[in-house]
Amino acid sequence: MMAGADARKERLDRGIKVRTSGIYAISGGKEIGYLILPRLVLIVGLLLLPLVITNPYWQRVISIVGIYALLALSFDFLTHFVGLVSLGGAFFVGVGAYLAALLNTKLGLSPLFTIPLATLGGGVFCTLAILPCLPLRGVYFSIVTLMYPLLAMRVIEALNIFGGTDGILGVSSFPNRWVEQYSLILIVLAALFGLRRLVNTDLGLVFRAVKDNDQAVKASGINITLYKTLAVFISSALACLGGAYLVHIYMWAGISTLALDFSIIPIAATVIGGGGTLVGPVLGALILVPISELLRAFGTLRIVFYALILMAFIVFRSEGIMVYAQRKYHQFEKWVKV
Amino acid sequence: MSAAKPLLEVRNISKAFGGIQALVDMSFDVFPGDIFGVIGPNGSGKTTLVNSITGFVRIDTGQILFQGRDITNRPPHKIADLGVTRTFQIMRPYYSLPAYKNLIIPLFSPRARRTGGWRGGGKLGDRDTVGIDILEEIGFERDSQVPYKLASTLPTGYLKRLELARCLALRPELILCDEVFSGLSMSEIASMLPLIERLQLEGITLIMIEHRLKELFRVANRVLVLNFGQKLIEGVPEEVMADEKVKTAYLGSEDLSDYV
Repeated sequence: MMAGADARKERLDRGIKVRTSGIYAISGGKEIGYLILPRLVLIVGLLLLPLVITNPYWQRVISIVGIYALLALSFDFLTHFVGLVSLGGAFFVGVGAYLAALLNTKLGLSPLFTIPLATLGGGVFCTLAILPCLPLRGVYFSIVTLMYPLLAMRVIEALNIFGGTDGILGVSSFPNRWVEQYSLILIVLAALFGLRRLVNTDLGLVFRAVKDNDQAVKASGINITLYKTLAVFISSALACLGGAYLVHIYMWAGISTLALDFSIIPIAATVIGGGGTLVGPVLGALILVPISELLRAFGTLRIVFYALILMAFIVFRSEGIMVYAQRKYHQFEKWVKV
Repeated sequence: MSAAKPLLEVRNISKAFGGIQALVDMSFDVFPGDIFGVIGPNGSGKTTLVNSITGFVRIDTGQILFQGRDITNRPPHKIADLGVTRTFQIMRPYYSLPAYKNLIIPLFSPRARRTGGWRGGGKLGDRDTVGIDILEEIGFERDSQVPYKLASTLPTGYLKRLELARCLALRPELILCDEVFSGLSMSEIASMLPLIERLQLEGITLIMIEHRLKELFRVANRVLVLNFGQKLIEGVPEEVMADEKVKTAYLGSEDLSDYV
């Protein structure tokens, strides 16, 4: 701005980090602007997507990005704020998908009702299913949850229930693409900012404490199973919501909703975007899903390139884009009058 | 003292880890207002004793009563809910949170909501404020940056106090301190001792496991000595200090026949 004898460089976040990491002091419009700008870019950017993209193929990709963003948020919350690394995200998606499809085809409910019901009902069902594993910690919890979607898939196949390998056909779609895309984008934004708020409330601190140090939480007279249950409900309900959207977009629910992709891609999106930031996974989904679509041009080599990109990210930016970007953003300097 | 009802009764408890007997048929009583010292050489079962009383390990046989209520092998959070809290030998703060936010977790517990936390009159105020109040009382200077610093950046002395603060947030009846003096400098211990005495004056009973015998004997009114998971002797500090068996356990015996 101005470089003179009476000016010195100062970090942009100086006023904000004036005391310590726990206390914020914001003075003046500039600092508010400094905080709001990145959030505004994200919100406006997401809201503009359906308007800017005109190609029908890529319009469908917007919805898929939204669904993966929800799954990645669900994974990031449970992993980095509660300390439960679930590798069975596909199980949550499948439960939400089948529940929405059944409510729609058997009871004739419209998406307006099937989606909330599948979200809440699916959340309850998934939580009850995971309940026996909650005393497990670390890698044991991960391995057991990895089995859930595989088990569900085989059960549906073997018993030939819910349409067996054919799946449930004839699920109704959204009235038009605007409703589909804008409701999904608004839900992603609500989930993102809602979770960010949640993890900083007192309840959120208890979740984070369970991750940091569950023994001390027990010694504080808190039943950690109760809070783990609540966290699994929140996380699985979000993923069920994604699953319910999926069936109404594809108008079909099948065992492919339990496929490994729904467990792994959200994890990859979280790694790329930056775990523990919540916004990172959304960004990761925004990057990974279109890349995966672009790579279709390579045919069977697609997975090879996909894996190479992932490996490059893990080797060169293992902290994730968001963690890196946040640090750099705070380091910008401006000239101030002394 | 024998007229008073004991606060904690430990009756014939035993615990084995595989082939190792960590506790053998241990019995003792702790009375309200006591500072009850527990000493013994390394591996004599002191921490296992704390873990057994607070429910972190399940004992094999025996019974533990708190205020006449059976708490044997109950889950840790239920025992803590009755007012039996503990510190950890290896400190366990929530490293990613600022010091005062560490107290949000105990203040979120059902017991703190009922009691209002330390000095809270049955009603819990704003958790941040109550947390900073507790930290100030326990030696975090309110007007400094210390209570707002991340727990991972605090020195050992503050972390030990934070462990105690986490217990106090529950407004406990009984605190089991697992080596709160270890790793502290002489001056830090000297500043902790009045705090311990103040807790006693406020009616909190303490069980203190210590290796720093000199400091412990200054505050404790009864001392239990463990050796190889067994009770060697229990009594007032003077008795214990004078006892030959204790000297042998700590310093080793010249005569091997003592071990046979």
